[in-house]
Amino acid sequence: MKKTKIYSKYFVLPGLVLYIVFFVVPSFIGIYFSFTDWNRYSSEVKFVGLENYRAIFASGSNYLSYVRNTLNFTIISNIVKIIPALFLALLLSSNIRGQNVHRAILFFPALLPYLVIGLIFRSMLHPQTGFVNNMLRTLGLDFMAKRWLIDPKWVWPSIYAVDAWRGIGYVMTIFIAGLSSIPRHYYEVADIDGANFFQKLIHITLPMLKPAITINLIFGITYGLKVFDIIFVLTNGGPGRMTEVINTAIFKEFALGTYGMGTALSTLLFVFMVVVSVLLLKIMSKRELEL
Amino acid sequence: MSHSRRKFKISFVKQIIACILSLMVILPFVMVFLNSFKSESEAAFMNLSLPKSFKWENYLIAIERGKLITSFFNSMIYSIAATFISTIVNSMAAFVLSREKSKLNHFLYFFIVLGLVLPTNYIALIKVMQALHLLNTRLGVILFYAAMHVPFGTFILYGFVGTIPRELDEAALIDGANAWNLFFKIVFPLLRPAVVTVALLTFLGVWNDFMTPLYLLNRASQWPMTLAVYNFFGQYQAEWNLIFADVVLTCLPVFIVYLFGQKHVVSGMTTGAIKG
Repeated sequence: MKKTKIYSKYFVLPGLVLYIVFFVVPSFIGIYFSFTDWNRYSSEVKFVGLENYRAIFASGSNYLSYVRNTLNFTIISNIVKIIPALFLALLLSSNIRGQNVHRAILFFPALLPYLVIGLIFRSMLHPQTGFVNNMLRTLGLDFMAKRWLIDPKWVWPSIYAVDAWRGIGYVMTIFIAGLSSIPRHYYEVADIDGANFFQKLIHITLPMLKPAITINLIFGITYGLKVFDIIFVLTNGGPGRMTEVINTAIFKEFALGTYGMGTALSTLLFVFMVVVSVLLLKIMSKRELEL
Repeated sequence: MSHSRRKFKISFVKQIIACILSLMVILPFVMVFLNSFKSESEAAFMNLSLPKSFKWENYLIAIERGKLITSFFNSMIYSIAATFISTIVNSMAAFVLSREKSKLNHFLYFFIVLGLVLPTNYIALIKVMQALHLLNTRLGVILFYAAMHVPFGTFILYGFVGTIPRELDEAALIDGANAWNLFFKIVFPLLRPAVVTVALLTFLGVWNDFMTPLYLLNRASQWPMTLAVYNFFGQYQAEWNLIFADVVLTCLPVFIVYLFGQKHVVSGMTTGAIKG
C-alpha cells in the first residue's frame, strides 16, 4: 500500500516518549514505592507490603477523612456549579442585549491561576480587614460577617463559593456551545403545541444537552478528585486538618519526607481516576464509531 | 399588546440578573486593581474608594522585592518552550494516528487520551527526574510540561485532522512529496486554527500551573510567577497593596491572551460539548 509510506510511524514517537517517560512511568513506579517505607531519613528503601494502605484504611485514620473530604468536594462542587451554570447558559442564550459581553466576563475567571483566585479571596474573606466583611458592616449587616476561612461551620461553604465563582463560567460556556447546536424548530413546534418553559427544558433541552452534560461531569469529577491549588491557598487544609484533601495530604507527606506514604495516597487517587477513565473511554469509543 | 409588554418585562428582568452576575465577577478585580495603587494603611481597609494618590511605586517595589523579573522570564520560558515542543509533537502524532487507523494506532490514541484524567504522581516523578539528571533544572520542567499537555493537544488535533481531506495527501504523494514535506508544508499550515487553540491553552496551562514547581524546583531563581507570588504573599501578609500589585502583574498576560485569542480559547475549551 502507498499509504504506509506517507504516514510515518516515527511521527507518533516524540509525543509518545514524552508522555510515557514523564507521565506513565512515574505512575507505575509510584505503585511500586507505595509498598515501601521510602523516606528522606534512611538511604535504604524497605519493602513493607500493604502497610501504607493499612494505615490509610485503618478505622478512624486521618487519611480516611481526607479521602472522604475529596469525595465530598467532588460531589458538592459539581452540584453547585453545574445546576446554576445550566440556567446561566439558558439566560445568556436567550438573545438579551449584551449577552456576548456577559458571556466573556463570566468565563474570564476560569482562565486565571487558581493561586491568584485563592489569594484574592483570602484577602476578601479576611475576618477583620476583608472586603466581604467590610461591605457587610457598611450595610449594617454585622451579624452576617463571619470568620469565613477559619470557622469550621463556614470554611467548606466558603471554599465552594470561591470555587464556583471561578468555575461556573466555564461550565456555562460548555452548555452554551451545546445549546447552540439544538435546532430552533424543535422549540417552534413545542411553542405551537403550547409547551411551557419547564416542559421544553425537560423534553427538548436536557436530552439534547446530553453530550455537554457528560463533558461537564467528566471534567468536573476529574477536577474534583485532583483538587489541590485552591484548597492549598485558601486554607492549606485547615482549620486543623478539616479541609485536607488527597492532593494536599500528598504534599504534606512529601514535605515531611514520608515518600512511601505519599506514593500510596497518589496510587489511591490513581485508582479513583481509572474508574473515571473507563467512563471516558466508553464515551470516546462511542463517538469514534459515529465519526 | 399585553403579551409583548410581558415579554419586554421578562427580558428586562433577565438583563438585570445578567448585569448583577457580571458585576459579581468584576467587583473583586476592581477591588484588587484599586487597592494595588494605595498606601499600605489605606489598602488595609480594602474598600472600593479611589486611592488618595496613585502609588505606582507599589508595582516597582513588588517587582523588586518579589524578584518578579526573573520569575516573569522563567514563566515565559517554561510556557513558550513547552508550548512549542508539545504543539509540534502533538500535531505530528495526531496526524498519523488519525490518518492511519490501525489497531495499534487506535490503542495508542486511547492510551494517550487517558492522560486527560489520570493524575500525576509527583513524588515518583522526582525519582524519574533524578535518574535523568533533570531534577531542579529548567529543562526538566519544560519537558514535563510538554508531556503533561500531550493528551489534551493530541485529543484536540486528532479531531481536527479528520476535517482535512485525505485527497490532499495523495495528491502531494503523486507530486513526489515525502512524509516530512507532506506534513510540514501541506498539512501543518491547514491545521492552523486548531494549532493556535492548542498553543494558547497549553501556554495558559503552563503559566497557571502551581503544583509542578512546588515539587520539582527548589531554587528561587528558577521559580515561575505563581510560586514567586505565593512566596511573596507568605512574606508580606499584611501589605495587601503590594500583594495586589503582584496579582495584577500575574493576571495581565492571561488577560492579554484572552483579549486577542478569545475565540480560539473558548472553542478549544468547549470541544466535545456538541457531538456524541
